[in-house]
Amino acid sequence: MSRSGMIRAACVALLLALVLRPHWFTPVFAPFAPAGGPVIYERASILSLSLSHLGLVALASGLATLVAVGLAILVTRPAGAAFLPLSRTITNIGQTFPPVAVLALAVPALGFGAGPTLVALFLYGLLPIFETAIAGLSTLPPATMEAARGIGLTRWQRLIRVELPLALPVILTGIRLSVVIAIGTATVGSTVAARTLGEVIIAGLLTSNTAFVLQGGVIVGLFAVLVYDALSLLETALTRRLGRQSAGAEA
Amino acid sequence: MIEIDEITKLYEGTAAVDHVSMTVETGTITVIVGTSGSGKTTLLRMINRLIEPSSGEVRINGEATSALAKHELRRRIGYVIQGDGLFPHYTIAGNIGAVPKLLGWTKDKTRARVDELLDLFSMEPAQFRDRYPAELSGGQQQRVGVARALASRPDLLLMDEPFGALDPIIRARAQADLRHIQRQLGSTIVLVTHDMEEAIHLGDRVAVMDGGKLLQHGTPAEIIAAPATDFVAQMVGGVDRPLRLLSLIPVSEALEDGTADGEPIAPDTSLRDALSLCLWRGVEALPVADGDTPLGRVTLATIRARAAELA
Repeated sequence: MSRSGMIRAACVALLLALVLRPHWFTPVFAPFAPAGGPVIYERASILSLSLSHLGLVALASGLATLVAVGLAILVTRPAGAAFLPLSRTITNIGQTFPPVAVLALAVPALGFGAGPTLVALFLYGLLPIFETAIAGLSTLPPATMEAARGIGLTRWQRLIRVELPLALPVILTGIRLSVVIAIGTATVGSTVAARTLGEVIIAGLLTSNTAFVLQGGVIVGLFAVLVYDALSLLETALTRRLGRQSAGAEA
Repeated sequence: MIEIDEITKLYEGTAAVDHVSMTVETGTITVIVGTSGSGKTTLLRMINRLIEPSSGEVRINGEATSALAKHELRRRIGYVIQGDGLFPHYTIAGNIGAVPKLLGWTKDKTRARVDELLDLFSMEPAQFRDRYPAELSGGQQQRVGVARALASRPDLLLMDEPFGALDPIIRARAQADLRHIQRQLGSTIVLVTHDMEEAIHLGDRVAVMDGGKLLQHGTPAEIIAAPATDFVAQMVGGVDRPLRLLSLIPVSEALEDGTADGEPIAPDTSLRDALSLCLWRGVEALPVADGDTPLGRVTLATIRARAAELA
């Protein structure tokens, strides 16, 4: 097994242990806990918090992908080009609003719980996906696009069979950035009672228990690193097939 | 038969193609030749309506192209472009089978057609079927591009500088292959190039364009022997004209009885190549033989006389 493969396997094992068998780590975190205080967070199962955390991220990122890619497709059509500046403005606003501010503003409308967090993650995730999708859809090989038109593919067929598959590796870069940002940002959602791993961190902050903060932080960090890694691998696999095109054309 | 009737394309009042009419007979190769900006590619792209004409119409076997939906029209017309334009995410079989799939052919029928075409282009189906375009050489990619255009047995094949990206040796081979396949299948081809040599070599008919106008349309011999304008004369290359004419005539048309020394040449060798050989060998006559059967000889004097009578 390669060196990077070993590191990857070690990270996966560590994460699984942290999520499924948190008590194994009592000796590790004990030095950081206040005297006589709890070392391992026990008010909720780490597994259920992790699943709820990832579920929230997946839902928000999924929606952000649908909307951002949809918008990018729209504004890269000749008829939709006029909407490009407007769409940019909207997605930029989503990015500039701090998630905490979105939470604060969304709570009166949506109440406490997962709702405001979902909105914040969704808005925050739009921009990277939107921008990379535009980049991917507007830099397709011209000869291939011309051939697609020339052999009689309709607009819709060109989009589904040629443009999206060829733009996919680039779009995936945006999704990857967006998902990783969301995994970290979702922790903030626990301030408005969303069930995420942020609950562990916030409990630690409120009771000055560094052990909780570390426990929550390490788990969230490992999730972010591993998801990033997995999506990178997928991206490389997709690019390799298409990327050989340029190398082959020179031969 | 393809009839191009008074077709015009205006861009902001300027004519890129200006009232061009011509007829392309079924089963022939017509080469449109011109410099860049001559309107040759615009003319080609109006045939499958990648560009909509401002006025005039194109009829394929009597039917106006405007009567069909664009994508349906294009599925009936093969299209080959420079740099092949293959789909990098499809296998070779997927690329060649793209149009049959659009036309709703069965999987078996498409597969059989793909293998048939790969064979036709001397590419072993079992070896190439499942590979991706990136794994092929430039010449192979170009052949797959032509195979894709031929897949659904189209009424007409349009080729836009199909050999432009190939190096000279592979280009000569690709031209010979195209000529051979066209004869075999009886395809109707309209090809655009800036290379007069290619036009003379491939075309049954050559159409010379400049500034959006069709200057001359005729057989290669007519174009070389009687250029309609100074521009056409310049295109066919002033001093090279006698040689270009000789390149159109096989030695079988200038045979005489008798023998000569040296390695015999084949009857389909052009008079130009025969002339070159005479000069190279320093001889007055060359023996001609079809395989082992001697047919006679061709002499320098005959070649000179043919050149003089054509000019």
